[in-house]
Amino acid sequence: MSRQATRLDAKKVNSEFLTLTYGALVTQMLRDFENVEDVNKQLERIGYNMGMRLIEDFLARTSAPRCLEMRETADRIQQAFRIYLNIQPTISNWSAASDEFSLIFDSNPLTEFVELPADLTNLRYSAILSGCIRGALEMVQLEVQCWFVQDQLKGDNVTELRVKFVRRLEEVIPAGED
Amino acid sequence: MSEEIVFDCLHAEIVNYCLDNNKKHDLGILEYIGFTTGYRLIERLTREVPRFKDELETMKFICTDFWTLIYKKQVDNLRTNNNGMYVVQDKAFRFLTRISPGTQQLEHAPKFVAFTCGLVRGALSNLGINSTVTAEVQSIPACKFHIEVNRN
Repeated sequence: MSRQATRLDAKKVNSEFLTLTYGALVTQMLRDFENVEDVNKQLERIGYNMGMRLIEDFLARTSAPRCLEMRETADRIQQAFRIYLNIQPTISNWSAASDEFSLIFDSNPLTEFVELPADLTNLRYSAILSGCIRGALEMVQLEVQCWFVQDQLKGDNVTELRVKFVRRLEEVIPAGED
Repeated sequence: MSEEIVFDCLHAEIVNYCLDNNKKHDLGILEYIGFTTGYRLIERLTREVPRFKDELETMKFICTDFWTLIYKKQVDNLRTNNNGMYVVQDKAFRFLTRISPGTQQLEHAPKFVAFTCGLVRGALSNLGINSTVTAEVQSIPACKFHIEVNRN
């Protein structure tokens, strides 16, 4: 047995593995729910749960200090995308009050092998991303809204994710403790 | 590597999703998600690889290259009875390493191995081997996968 060891690119395989697994999950959900809106909600929720865990890894890995304004938060989110998905979104379209910005993705690894059939135009395939941002930020006491403005799967040139600051969450002390 | 944690989280969420929605606690769906993933992944992985000459060679590919890529370590043991039964042993299986070791949490083990059973079955299936894959966990995080080739 002198089979030539095949050199497979681990990074690429990892990313494809994630992409394909996610695809299989979305397909299964479409089978489970009749309503596409329910699938969107589920995907968002899964992202939210993942975000809540990933933020801990992110803080441990980067030892990032507290953000004082949304512009810093935006940079951190950008950094997180680079670490975890190996993509670098561009931050742009700041609102006048600096409380709302867009993340622009030239490419999205999650949708690499995906084409949406005509009857699924309501599906927010990458809803996991918005969920993730929301979940992660909530763990650092920031409530945000996060939604898709443009999506390459739907024929747009880029994928644009909008993030809007809602409020700072106060730490709630459990009843009975001072 | 950083992407690992993302997949670990996704895997955990998939497990939750599959068991939440099925009141019957059916692991079949979880296995099926693994199956379709494995089926598609192996097609991309083996695009540049020369054709395998026999079943054993295919198995070796699955248990070395494939396993190492997905589970970040080599399997600890691969045995066969030369009659279609293969046993793959991994002493620190990736999806079990974050659970308290030992036998205490054993009842939860099946849901963390079902995806992989499907993944291996799917990969083999696309390489032309029809099989049944089951897992056996006796003590976390060690795990044995039994691959039975169905020949007929």
